Amino acid sequence: MGHTKHNPIVRALFNDDDVVLSAVKDLRANGFHVSEVYSPFPIHGLDEAMGLKRTRLSTAAFFYGLTGLFFASWLTYYTMIMDWPQNIGGKPNSMWFLNMPSFVPVMFELTVFFAAHLMCWSYFAVNGLYPGAKAQNPDPRTTDDHFLMEVELEGDEAELNKKLQELGALEISKIEA
Amino acid sequence: MFEFTTKAKQLAIGLTVVGAILWIIGFALNGSSSHEADHGHDAHATEMHADAGHDAHAEEAHDAHGEDAHAAHGDAHAEEAHAAHGDAHGADAHDAHAEHVHHQQQNRPWSALYVAAIFFLGLGLGQLFFLGIQYIAQAGWSAGLLRLMEAQAFTIIIPLLVILVITLLGLGHVHHMFHWMVEGINVPGHENYDEIIAGKRGFLSPGFFIARVVIYIVGWVWAARMLRKNSLLSDSGDGVAMWNKNRKVGAIFTVFYAVTSSTSAWDLIMSIDTHWFSTLFGWYTFAGMFVSSFAAIILVTLYLKSKGLLEWVNDNHIHDLGKFMFAFSVFWTYLWFSQFVLIWYANIPEEVTYYMQRWDQYKVPFFTMLSLNFIFPVLAILSRPAKRVPGTLVMAAVFVLVGHYMDHYIMIMPGTVGDQYGFGLLELGPILFFAGLFIYVMFRNLAAAPLLHKNHPMITESKHFQQ
Repeated sequence: MGHTKHNPIVRALFNDDDVVLSAVKDLRANGFHVSEVYSPFPIHGLDEAMGLKRTRLSTAAFFYGLTGLFFASWLTYYTMIMDWPQNIGGKPNSMWFLNMPSFVPVMFELTVFFAAHLMCWSYFAVNGLYPGAKAQNPDPRTTDDHFLMEVELEGDEAELNKKLQELGALEISKIEA
Repeated sequence: MFEFTTKAKQLAIGLTVVGAILWIIGFALNGSSSHEADHGHDAHATEMHADAGHDAHAEEAHDAHGEDAHAAHGDAHAEEAHAAHGDAHGADAHDAHAEHVHHQQQNRPWSALYVAAIFFLGLGLGQLFFLGIQYIAQAGWSAGLLRLMEAQAFTIIIPLLVILVITLLGLGHVHHMFHWMVEGINVPGHENYDEIIAGKRGFLSPGFFIARVVIYIVGWVWAARMLRKNSLLSDSGDGVAMWNKNRKVGAIFTVFYAVTSSTSAWDLIMSIDTHWFSTLFGWYTFAGMFVSSFAAIILVTLYLKSKGLLEWVNDNHIHDLGKFMFAFSVFWTYLWFSQFVLIWYANIPEEVTYYMQRWDQYKVPFFTMLSLNFIFPVLAILSRPAKRVPGTLVMAAVFVLVGHYMDHYIMIMPGTVGDQYGFGLLELGPILFFAGLFIYVMFRNLAAAPLLHKNHPMITESKHFQQ
């Protein structure tokens, strides 16, 4: 995924995460475009090696949390102060602020709830993950103990194949775009 | 290798001397300006006696009130009792209050010195604990920062000695910061007798108290010296053997500190408000000390980086220190709030007086402190990139340091000087004094040894640390 240009794709299969990582670094240093890597687990430093942009999910999470905070403030105000004033430990309940400390747990929990859940749903939405979605990994072995790298073929195919073999690829195949 | 230049030395010594002089000038002026208290006096005599916060240091009031007032004091420290006794003794209360204010003013130089001593103790103690943790956790990432922690841990010695002297002076009745140290407070029938404090005599007795303070000093300084000694030995000898030795020292110290961090907070800070107690006060104090120590080590690390040293410390190490500071400022807030909300919610007179006084008399520092310690750091260094930029980290560290000075101020001042507080020469002097000594001790120890361990078994891991 992610390749808008109509270049053919070369797929290379590896069986070691360190080998994949150094292969990605090597290929990118030599001007090849590594468009995707499939791995059974997150590889430390791979996102930087591939030159991926930093996710904006954390920024979104901040605003999701803020939404939760405001929602909790409104919820406690409406239910405890305005609609049905509650006597909380005999404290003055004419103003939300005067009872605010007792609402802090609710505000905290809803901040976390909103940030976590909306972040999770955002992640699913952005990645097209929904019940019944078709698996995107080209080779089922990448869910077990193999690593698959997709490189865009822009120049000489034989040269790229040779390079991949030098870097430790076990299988190499070409997919027309 | 870091060099402690003559210029830096002069700066440190200059700060110390200027701070000491400012404090002494403030001390002299403080004695002569006591007539100022007489001005607002009439208004105070009626208002303040009804104030529940007043009973934190009621011993002077006892002198004038006689026996009937003691009954009210002894039973329960309810607001009603105080309101009643304010009315009944309207005329006497005036004189008693004048004396009370006078005592509070006399306490101010000592309290100001004490606040700064506790604050700077925290800077060293937090990193001493963190240093012990690095060894028992077999941490690899921090190996390149251990020399900084060792140097910072040594800065506990001077604040500890000042604390020891102040508590001894309290026992000698030079000042009245600690209510329980008043003469005759545990003697039934004595004019200073206080039933509640007499019940705490088993723990708060002069001999046992000083013995505990000495135990803290000996235990903490022992750990700082041992960790340093083994670390220096490892440079010329077997790194793994010395590392294993330090693991033992770290383990012993951590257990010792687990107990003494709480008891020292009760002894040195909580016993000022002798009637009041809070079970999580020790952890709350520890959290404040720990987070301010991270702020200090971040500032020192970035300073050394700006001098072109510590080339093995990369953005990831600094990011991790920033994470610790961020996490523990939130942890501090969690403990602060846990202590506050239960007392606020339950509203039991003997507990809530503590916060009522702070609310009535310290509203501005109270909210400033909360903003500086929680809201500002959260907004400044919540995001990942912000923790990797020196500018935002320095800003957050300064927030945390100022905020935790104010936090200690609000812990100590209300019980010792009441509403006679302020920020002037008396407060500024000790800060400069301890800051100068902090810089001197820290930099001297940094210059005494290479900034990087030679034979530490995890030094390579630390150099290659990334996240």
